[in-house]
Amino acid sequence: MPVLDDLAVAAGDDDVVGGVPARLVAAPASTEEAAALVAASAGLAVVIRGGGTKVQQGPPPRELDLIIDTRRLTGVVEHAAGDLITVVRAGTPMSELHALPAQQLALDAPPGATAGGTVAANAGGPRRLRYGTARDLLIGITVIRPDGLVTRAGGKVVKNVAGYDLGKLYTGSFGTLGLITECVFRLHPEPAATSFVRAYAAPGHAARILAAQVAPSALEVYAAPGADPEVAVLLEGTAAGVRERAATVAALLGGDVTAEPPPWWGVPPPGDLTLQLTGVLSQVPALVATAVGAGATVTGSAGAGVLHAGFDTGSGSAAGSGSAAGSGSAGSGPAARSGSAGCGDPHGRVELIRAAALRAGGHAVVRTAPPGLRDTLDMWGPVPGLALMRRVKERFDPAHRFAPGRFVGGI
Amino acid sequence: MDIDAFAARLRAEIGADRVLTDRQQLRTYECDGLAHYKVIPAVVVLARSEEHVVATVRACAREEIPFVARGSGTGLSGGALPHADGVLIVTSQLREVVELRPEDERAVVQPGVINLNVTKAATPYGYYYAPDPSSQQICSIGGNVAENSGGAHCLKYGFTTNHVTGLRVVTPDGEVVQLGGLAPDTPGYDLLGAFVGSEGTLGIATEVTVRLTRLPETVRTLLAAFASTDQAGAATSAIIAAGVVPAAIEMMDALSIEAAEAAVHCDYPAGAGAVLIVELDGPAAEVAAQFDEVTRICDDAGAFATRVAADDAERQLIWRGRKSAFAAVGRISPDYIVQDGVIPRTALPEVLRRIGEVADQHGVRVANVFHAGDGNLHPLVLFDDAVPGEAERAEKVSGAILDLCIEHGGSITGEHGVGVDKARYMPRMFSDTDLETMHLVRCAFDPDNLANPGKVFPTPRLCGERPGRRQGAFEHEGAEVF
Repeated sequence: MPVLDDLAVAAGDDDVVGGVPARLVAAPASTEEAAALVAASAGLAVVIRGGGTKVQQGPPPRELDLIIDTRRLTGVVEHAAGDLITVVRAGTPMSELHALPAQQLALDAPPGATAGGTVAANAGGPRRLRYGTARDLLIGITVIRPDGLVTRAGGKVVKNVAGYDLGKLYTGSFGTLGLITECVFRLHPEPAATSFVRAYAAPGHAARILAAQVAPSALEVYAAPGADPEVAVLLEGTAAGVRERAATVAALLGGDVTAEPPPWWGVPPPGDLTLQLTGVLSQVPALVATAVGAGATVTGSAGAGVLHAGFDTGSGSAAGSGSAAGSGSAGSGPAARSGSAGCGDPHGRVELIRAAALRAGGHAVVRTAPPGLRDTLDMWGPVPGLALMRRVKERFDPAHRFAPGRFVGGI
Repeated sequence: MDIDAFAARLRAEIGADRVLTDRQQLRTYECDGLAHYKVIPAVVVLARSEEHVVATVRACAREEIPFVARGSGTGLSGGALPHADGVLIVTSQLREVVELRPEDERAVVQPGVINLNVTKAATPYGYYYAPDPSSQQICSIGGNVAENSGGAHCLKYGFTTNHVTGLRVVTPDGEVVQLGGLAPDTPGYDLLGAFVGSEGTLGIATEVTVRLTRLPETVRTLLAAFASTDQAGAATSAIIAAGVVPAAIEMMDALSIEAAEAAVHCDYPAGAGAVLIVELDGPAAEVAAQFDEVTRICDDAGAFATRVAADDAERQLIWRGRKSAFAAVGRISPDYIVQDGVIPRTALPEVLRRIGEVADQHGVRVANVFHAGDGNLHPLVLFDDAVPGEAERAEKVSGAILDLCIEHGGSITGEHGVGVDKARYMPRMFSDTDLETMHLVRCAFDPDNLANPGKVFPTPRLCGERPGRRQGAFEHEGAEVF
């Protein structure tokens, strides 16, 4: 297997996924090289890693031989400004795509995240309220299948219904269906003006903003045990329009217009156990209350019904677990106040929060948890359609070698 | 089991009046909106409940009989063309709005609910359903899901796939599966995303959860007349370049204006080589500023007349010309083909010129109506079937237009779907591996190839499992083409 010999090097101390060390690491620099690598690695268990901002999320792989690192697959292949699209290689940092000339890929991502990783995790942040997530902004994709064949879906135009929309299937598949090497995204114009409104207000106040005619780009809440809950709103548009809408929002919330977001904006909540919670909009306040009652700090979109909760389990491994909360700025600011309100067994707390999410018509998925806990926690909760998902996995990766065990139901 | 015995058993199970086998009654369903493909199905089932759909699909699975789902039958790619030896399952009587949850920005509806009726139900609460295909007064949500329908306003708001958050689906083995739900980001693969736009080849939706969108505070509509499509195209590009995202930018060329004028007297400025309809919506403060900018851009691009809708009636009048265009063309030509291709917006002037050249070459007239904002062309290729050779020439021009779209990095269909009509063009856009990969999903859902066989994929493919079982591969050469 000359390709493997040429590209793969022995794994280092950091080449560990969920506590499982890899043997080899390879970083292909083109779709062709990646395809040859995947073909040559038949029989090896593979995990794909981009910027590594989410690689410690989810369950550990059942086996791990090879980490495919996408960070040499970089570069904007094309930016067609007049068509508001861009073609980028998977390892391209999202920060580059946030600052294209006069345009942007309107997907929030943590520092270091890559385009491919953002798609693989279907990530999004506060602005998902207006722009959606990766699933809504991805219009074309190139993927190396586990059998090494190069396949494309979608295209370079936003409006396109030719064939199955496989981009959606790959989006959020966490590397279990193949290796993403290239993505085509829809772009949005850089807004002429932006403004934030911040208020100390209960999450229930978010409904006022949704009912008003202010077209927020983001509507975020923050709540933590012992802290006053906050609501913050992002407005984008023309200078005059933003000024007027921000004033309306400030009046509705009893808050202040600011140029900068609050420190907790788009930051995963602290804690060594973090979850993503979803629910219908009217139940967001109840969901927040339950999570805070269980000792969690909560941030997230009250406009989209997608929240993030985090708490410390007291297992003592928070700092070293490589959790999302361990990186970035989550440890500072008002969010750091939580954690001390911890109450009881983490399993019970997860179940309590999950029950509230299910009552709210949503789900609670554990994103990060300390190693000892991860093995005994139900990370996903109920997964409707799991049998069909297994059949899809079986067709794409019959040998189960791409991220084995990292996805729902042990996929 | 022969088909009569099959029908008899189905009648016993779901009711005699639900199952049609009388040839005259079956003829009603021989085509969808693409009426030159006709196939009389063996059996028609008029489902009134999810149980009816489940019972029928299970019976089909048991007997390995192909089935095709049909909503209102307005599709323009032959996606609901029946199978001669199969069952056509009509979902148009499943038309209940199950739940309206404006406070959650959701509605749960049955698949036969008419698109516009979702908006009508939600409007009193200040909400609407954003995807608005031109057929929205008659097309069904189930059909919209199958085709991932768009509409004039998807430039800003996206397509059906961006507005459906959950589905109950009867899979081809007769199981009922929930995909997605009321909340976003359901754990696991986004099978919902794969299902929307799969044209009935992965199963039948029996309940659809849609996103409701807040009605905009303001809507403003501008009609701008230009000497040429080049000028109108330049104006479109300039609007986008200015960072404005209108709700819609529509263009019509001289021939389609002539047709619309004759049909509905929409009173567009005389002598226009092209008109643009630009609609902005949103908070009043934003729309006011952007509207001035759009008007200025149109003037700069050479608009010789602009008209602003003063009220809803004037807005409807501006839109009437655009929305009537397809039907209106019927007045100036006995027959026509509605094409549906997509190009990058910036290629518009070049592609329009090339379409003109191809049309001239073949002595065929082409009227152009399209969603200029997103590069979705609807050239109407005019012909007279009574004149020998004209239909063939029109077909050639129509195919050449698709080649132009592909050559410019576009798509063979922006909203009408592949269906039976464009399956043969799929290999021009996708490699064999690309198509085989789509087929992997097909096989995961429908290993026996019973759900709407012969659509989307250019050649029948096997799933490589279950040896010895009939695959139900469908050769649509059996279709009578009129």
